[in-house]
Amino acid sequence: MTTLIEAPPSDADGLLPTKKKASGGGLGQYILIRFLLIFPTIFILVTLVFFLMRITGDPITAALGGRLPPEQLAERIHAAGYDRPIFVQYFEYLGQLITGNFGTTLSDNRPVSEMLTTYGAATLELSINALLVALLVGIPLGMIAAHRRDKAADAVLRIFAILCYATPVFFAGLLLKLTFAVWLGWLPVAGRAKTSTELALTALQAPTGIYWLDSLRSGNMAALGDVFAHAVLPAVALGLLTAGIFLRLVRTNVIGTLGKDYVEAGRSRGVSEFRLVTKHAYKPALIPIITVMGLQIAVMLGGAVLTETTFEWKGLGFQLATYLTARDFVAVQGIVVLLAVIVAVTNFIVDIVAALIDPRVRY
Amino acid sequence: MSIEPTIAAESRRDPWFRRLPVISHFNKSVGLQRGMLVTGLVLTGLFLLTAIFAPLIAPFGFSQISDAEGNFPAQQAPGGKHLLGTTVGGYDVFSRVVWGAQTAVLVIIVAVIMSIFIGVILGLVSGYIGGWLDRILVVVADAVYAFPSLLVAIVMAIVISGGRSSLWGGILAAAISITVVFIPQYFRVIRAETIRLKAEPFVESAKVVGASNIRIMTRHIYRNATRTLPLIFTLNASEAILTLAGLGFLGFGIEPTSAAEWGFDLNKALADTTSGIWWTGVFPGLAIVLTVVGLTLVGESINDLNDPRLRGRRKAAPGKTGPDTAGSGTAGSQAPVSAEVSSS
Amino acid sequence: MSTNIGSVSDQQPRSAGPVLDIDHLKVTFATDAGDVYAVKDVSLEVNPGEVVAIVGESGSGKTVTAKTILGLLPETAISSGAVLINGNNVISVSASKLREIRGRDVAMVFQEPSTALNPVFTVGWQIAEGIRAHAKHGGAGKVSAKEAKARAVEALRKVGIPDPETRVNYYPHQFSGGQKQRVVIAAALALNPGLIVADEPTTALDVTVQAEILDLLRDLRDQYGTSIVLITHNMGVVADLADRVVVMYQGDVVEEASARVLFAEPKQDYTKKLLAAVPHLSRNSASAGMAERAHQGGKVLVEAKNLTIEYPGRLGSPAFKAVDGVSFTLSEGEVFGLVGESGSGKTTIGRAIAGLNKTTGGSLKVLDYEMLNLKERTFKPLRKQIGFVFQDPAASFNPQLTIGECIAEPLVIHGNPTPAQARQRTRELLESVQLPASYAERFPHELSGGQRQRASLARALILNPKLLIADEPTSALDVSVQAKVLELFKDIQAEFGFACLFISHDLAVVDILSHWVGVLYKGKMVEQGLGNQVMGHPQHDYTKKLIASLPVPDPDEQAKRREAFRAVLGA
Repeated sequence: MTTLIEAPPSDADGLLPTKKKASGGGLGQYILIRFLLIFPTIFILVTLVFFLMRITGDPITAALGGRLPPEQLAERIHAAGYDRPIFVQYFEYLGQLITGNFGTTLSDNRPVSEMLTTYGAATLELSINALLVALLVGIPLGMIAAHRRDKAADAVLRIFAILCYATPVFFAGLLLKLTFAVWLGWLPVAGRAKTSTELALTALQAPTGIYWLDSLRSGNMAALGDVFAHAVLPAVALGLLTAGIFLRLVRTNVIGTLGKDYVEAGRSRGVSEFRLVTKHAYKPALIPIITVMGLQIAVMLGGAVLTETTFEWKGLGFQLATYLTARDFVAVQGIVVLLAVIVAVTNFIVDIVAALIDPRVRY
Repeated sequence: MSIEPTIAAESRRDPWFRRLPVISHFNKSVGLQRGMLVTGLVLTGLFLLTAIFAPLIAPFGFSQISDAEGNFPAQQAPGGKHLLGTTVGGYDVFSRVVWGAQTAVLVIIVAVIMSIFIGVILGLVSGYIGGWLDRILVVVADAVYAFPSLLVAIVMAIVISGGRSSLWGGILAAAISITVVFIPQYFRVIRAETIRLKAEPFVESAKVVGASNIRIMTRHIYRNATRTLPLIFTLNASEAILTLAGLGFLGFGIEPTSAAEWGFDLNKALADTTSGIWWTGVFPGLAIVLTVVGLTLVGESINDLNDPRLRGRRKAAPGKTGPDTAGSGTAGSQAPVSAEVSSS
Repeated sequence: MSTNIGSVSDQQPRSAGPVLDIDHLKVTFATDAGDVYAVKDVSLEVNPGEVVAIVGESGSGKTVTAKTILGLLPETAISSGAVLINGNNVISVSASKLREIRGRDVAMVFQEPSTALNPVFTVGWQIAEGIRAHAKHGGAGKVSAKEAKARAVEALRKVGIPDPETRVNYYPHQFSGGQKQRVVIAAALALNPGLIVADEPTTALDVTVQAEILDLLRDLRDQYGTSIVLITHNMGVVADLADRVVVMYQGDVVEEASARVLFAEPKQDYTKKLLAAVPHLSRNSASAGMAERAHQGGKVLVEAKNLTIEYPGRLGSPAFKAVDGVSFTLSEGEVFGLVGESGSGKTTIGRAIAGLNKTTGGSLKVLDYEMLNLKERTFKPLRKQIGFVFQDPAASFNPQLTIGECIAEPLVIHGNPTPAQARQRTRELLESVQLPASYAERFPHELSGGQRQRASLARALILNPKLLIADEPTSALDVSVQAKVLELFKDIQAEFGFACLFISHDLAVVDILSHWVGVLYKGKMVEQGLGNQVMGHPQHDYTKKLIASLPVPDPDEQAKRREAFRAVLGA
């Protein structure tokens, strides 16, 4: 076939190594460019969210319309500056964002930034727990499925995976709650910890807000046990959703690389099938896997919103649902923007990790 | 190396109905894969039938809380007149589950058709023309794509309806929210295909003979780029149901008096679980799971059957390894071709 | 170059019998179209220190046979008969026994070195992996990582990789194509197997690199007594390396003989046909008997003056000069052959003439149109004067359109024919390229490669162009098909009288068609002249090397050439 750019000529005697493709600091340059790309992404999302939320009107009317007499409403709108031209408000909003000022919530009148830091820790904790579950379950099972392809084990695992991501996370949560909390009574129904534990942990000096970290630091083993018991069901509910996706992802990609010549070459040298799957096929498959996993972080954050509501896990998602019900769109906008930043940064990290695994980028 | 398939010259094409997406896939499938495809088709068929015949199947209306015998009891356990029990508000669970299928189908159809339409056009144009338009569209699509789809849907739901609305208003709001989430996906797929096809010799040969851009896009790229659409359609249909249910669960769905919606019912059922009332949540939940499983099974089967690497093949009949009269002619040269192609 | 490091004492003691004994092998595949008999009945032996070539065109079952020797067939295949390696029947042994055999008794060299090496592991790791895989059941206990690496270094040294201590830590992408193939051979050699199966080991390589790899394989046999099963479609390669030849056709062995006998007195019709189809350098030359350039009286259709074509580099890296100051002319009715290896810029020049690439410097006039200021709108009227035949016949037709629609497309775009006119003209063209008129109704996948390339030619000629660009039109075809397409090409050129730029990597093919030949090397035209002069008396060192590297399909002549050209190739 015709190639658009013919490959650089190989040395005629075939004895000199080909020159490196990118000249000078390939990886460093890549990281820098990739880092700079974060900002337009965030900027676009912030802009989209701002204008979309304003198309329908100002937040005060949305939150309080009908509950206040029109004069009072107009007064409050004027006080908050929502009657100025939209672009003035937009640039003011951008300026505030850069200084970390997200505004004040309408429903409970607290700084949005403070709300974000308080509840962000809880969401982070839930996400880390769930990610652990997803990785520990999804990757090994995906490799087994690829290895036992089209056999009984593969069939069972694939059906398991499909069930995992076909079940809405709130329904999975509901079933888990019914089974393990209500009927069997093994685990608590909801929340992040018992009230006594929460009090003990928030009383600490400079708490991180991540409960298991805080209880470890204070050496409070009873608290740790309680935190762990509360964490299991939400982590499993959210983790299994992602585990199903990871399982499928690993399976497909490993099967793809198992068909490559270099795996057959390894086989022709007598390398065992087990090592072919876990080493020869898995590592090259990791590059696309990691890239897609980055995108799954976004899916998981979406799932976290639902999981938190199901388990009354007081994080950003739980608050988001609360603020949505209260039509407090200033708070909603703050949460959405923060999640956008988190997604952009995670994708950046993921791309760098993928690049580090690939020697063609590294050298 | 040289690949000379002396094959196919003699093999005429199958009749048209055997080449239709799902039917041709069924004929290609074997064993487990056929089982998965069939299960998926059955579940999806059940879902569609339920939606179409909801008025006949459901004993009560979706917002009915009383009949000639008086008000329905609240939170009644399954059995008797109310097959799957009643909710705290006195709705009949079975009826709402059945009506919910109709809502789901409407939302999927509207959402997926809109997103395919817009996504395909944008993808074709962006991929083929390139330049600034392409770059801007890619950055926007990537930003939206990377963002949690549920949040995009929430934002869109706020924009469209301020949160709650009637049957058609709610369905349109949900459908448009989902459309916005999915356009980037179709856009990316079609754009990537278009860019790949642009470099194919058959497109270049059209260029060399002087075909116009419109002609190349419509005649040469469009039909080849959209071959994967049935697959994306089924996969996205299942995602659309999950997004709709998620919206409903957060209270951004359709009011119970306007239509039945599974996610909304699950939200209301959440409070029941602590007191051990399981039927209000389990049945709408199962309805979601079965529908999504059905659609996913169909989608994944098509995906696997399209991808020669993932496609399982039945084994050659053991004990019959000698050439027979039929094997020496046309078919005889096919396997070595595929075997040698894979090594080249 | 030659490698003579290491000594014969490395050899394992071997029994006197054959290292490989294939007995009545049959292989069947399950496909959508039903069971397919890839290998019908193959028996052959390979003796210690012998090079046996299995030759055949695609569909002959040669690759399937090669894979069976290592038990590498996919699960959809069923095989029967026996493949004995040191007394073990590969077809029936247990999986763990098969693993022991692979790498230790028999190893494989693959066609495409860039895909046979895992891109994310160092070459040393990949070679050591095979060594360590065998340590567990080899009796010697575990091999330490250090020891395995030392042995990997040793293997790399054997295949002539310079500075192996450093290179052992390199990743595959840091090697050139020829070196990668050396690494693949090193991995095969790591455990000193008695037998190497080489599946088209030089097909993916340029001809100058091919010569080196063939030399290396010959040295391995001479130095270590390694037997080689050489799978190839290239008769020149066979003549250069093989002691004995097995010819396969559609799953059966057609003929088996020593190389010298087979080339001198082929017995079977198929073998005779195959040998006759192989282009042989300086036989059947289009410029035979010419003393000066023909067609110079006619109009000049293409004129390149100091033509330069650059591809912009990626961020920060400098632009890549694909074509660097090339000048030539192509006149009415003339066939200009452009030869070069990969990266020489030959395809880029062809694409630039057709307006598919932008030129960046110098001047390129096509039908008096200056391509430096190419504007699609002004160039479009000229396009009907230019035909283009692409390399890959499978990819150059829209799979959704019938052959007839594809062939008629230029007509539809530039004229406004009635459907009946278009059909009539399509039928005429199909006849010219010797295809039945009924093929207009078929879809591209229903034609064979050779038929598609004929149809491609018909499409290029439907507007009766003055100029035809053919970019490697036969390199994707089997040799017997290639011969027929070349013959057709020659006849049609004589009949239609168009001027042609014929691009190919194969000197012998170019010589058959071209009156005037240009040799490209790294974007520069190093030599041009009459075909017979360039082939017979090359002036430039690179042309000499290119000609010396091309093996001719005649073992005796090739042996002489090898001796004679040793000086050129060693340089």
